[in-house]
Amino acid sequence: MSSLAQSQLRETFELNIGPQHPATHGVLRIKVVMDGEYIDRAEPILGYIHRMHEKMGENRTWNQFWPNMGRLDYLSAMAYNHCYAGLMERAAGIEVPERAEYIRVITAELNRIQSHLLGFGAYIMDLGGFTPLMYAMDEREQILDLLESVTGSRLTYCYFRFGGVYNDIDDDFITGTRAFLKRFRPQIPMYHKLVTGNAILMDRLIGVGPISADMCRKYGATGPVLRGSGVNYDIRRNEPYSVYPELDFDIPVYKECDSMARYMVRMDEMVQSCRIIENALNKLPEGPVMAEKVPKALKPPKGDYHYAVEAARGTFSMRTVSDGTNTSYRMRLRSPTYSNVSLFEEASRGMLLSDALAFLGSLDPVIPEMDR
Amino acid sequence: MDRAKIKRELENLAAEGLPAEPPQEETPVEVQTEAEGEDKAKPKAKKDEDVPRKNGLIETEYAKRGTHLDVQINPDQVVKAAEILDAEGMTLEMVTGVDWLKEGQLEVIYDYSYPGGQLFRVVVRARLDRNNPDIPTVCHLYGGANWHERETWEMLGINFVGHPQLEHFLLPEDADFYPLRKDFKP
Repeated sequence: MSSLAQSQLRETFELNIGPQHPATHGVLRIKVVMDGEYIDRAEPILGYIHRMHEKMGENRTWNQFWPNMGRLDYLSAMAYNHCYAGLMERAAGIEVPERAEYIRVITAELNRIQSHLLGFGAYIMDLGGFTPLMYAMDEREQILDLLESVTGSRLTYCYFRFGGVYNDIDDDFITGTRAFLKRFRPQIPMYHKLVTGNAILMDRLIGVGPISADMCRKYGATGPVLRGSGVNYDIRRNEPYSVYPELDFDIPVYKECDSMARYMVRMDEMVQSCRIIENALNKLPEGPVMAEKVPKALKPPKGDYHYAVEAARGTFSMRTVSDGTNTSYRMRLRSPTYSNVSLFEEASRGMLLSDALAFLGSLDPVIPEMDR
Repeated sequence: MDRAKIKRELENLAAEGLPAEPPQEETPVEVQTEAEGEDKAKPKAKKDEDVPRKNGLIETEYAKRGTHLDVQINPDQVVKAAEILDAEGMTLEMVTGVDWLKEGQLEVIYDYSYPGGQLFRVVVRARLDRNNPDIPTVCHLYGGANWHERETWEMLGINFVGHPQLEHFLLPEDADFYPLRKDFKP
């Protein structure tokens, strides 16, 4: 803390960052009480893009809720699709054909790479480097084209169905994905050469925004934030779902607890996602992509159900209470950055304002998913 | 994290919150049948949610429910439950509420998971009177509960006693309604 902050003659002022500010990745507002250049208290203010998805879940049938899953986290919508599919398949006891599960994993991991790529580009842009975003966007475009060819949409996917996926992938998609992997793999070392080793970037990230593992636990932080704090926790491994147990991949963990560690976790995760996709493509079985006899009007038995998946930003979990009818009695969406950003207030105390923005970017918030 | 210890302690906690036992004059035979009756009542209550569940611990089937332990306790015991789970290194994943309009109750649900490796999910739930929905906060134990409780308050009107900042969060500042209550009319 500055010497000014410790003196008796403290004079503070309020500063609003956002809701329209490029560094907040959307309409997040942070009310900051500043003490000179240092932060006294930073309070994130949410709700600017609140759409009440949970109430929508109570108003429409199980099937009608599908499009909402693409509109929470618009960067990793596939994982959200996966969670809803898994939740209802658990509730209604639907068996999913193996091929469908492999397709789910392939598309979800492509989506994860895409999300991390934008996260990487936008993060460096927050810190003042514009060019990496162009590189990231170039690669990202390839993925969006691939996913568009099977799902029909570029971001707000509504591809999964209860019991499988909406349509099968074709040979074009498979060869396209293989070509993308071949092209993308050498890019990551190039990013590291271009960006990670940069002295300015290292100065701005190393040691900035330390979050201990215990703080993550208290705040329920997950995903790259938790893994950047040395905790090896990934739903794909710790609470295996879909066909992840059959696939070969590592969980990158960094012990440094700073912004650089979180950045590195995301970079390494892209490499691992490539491994998963390649592995899944090699193992892709033949067969149907939809379960037989899935009722059109789903009526899961009474009770409450819980399902969790690893989205690009951490644990996304859903809890639903079914009353045995064709709509949900209560639908709860637990989004990862809601919990991740909730630790910002405590962690940013006494931080330099410029460091705080570097720190916020390392949490990689997506506002529509926080506000729901 | 010690699963057996968590289960034992939560079971005891739930038992503490049960209404007073019937007089002790009853013969042991009757006590036994009562115990059997309780065992039967448990899966029944799980199947048929129309009957408000009694306080107690249920071991749920993970493949069907997504949780391992499901414990219902009195509202004033949630802090004790959080302390038990906090001591074992569990994390509070979310806090949420359900409005049971027919029964005149509100339910608060705490989802705990274990970030240390083993898969273990615990649900703690407490039922409140709909006219007097007060429940102590667990903010001082879990910082992350702050936002979740604040959201539950503004969506369902559950009053978290001792919460540092029960102000509007996702809804506009002048919202004077609770949108997730079942009797809410837009």
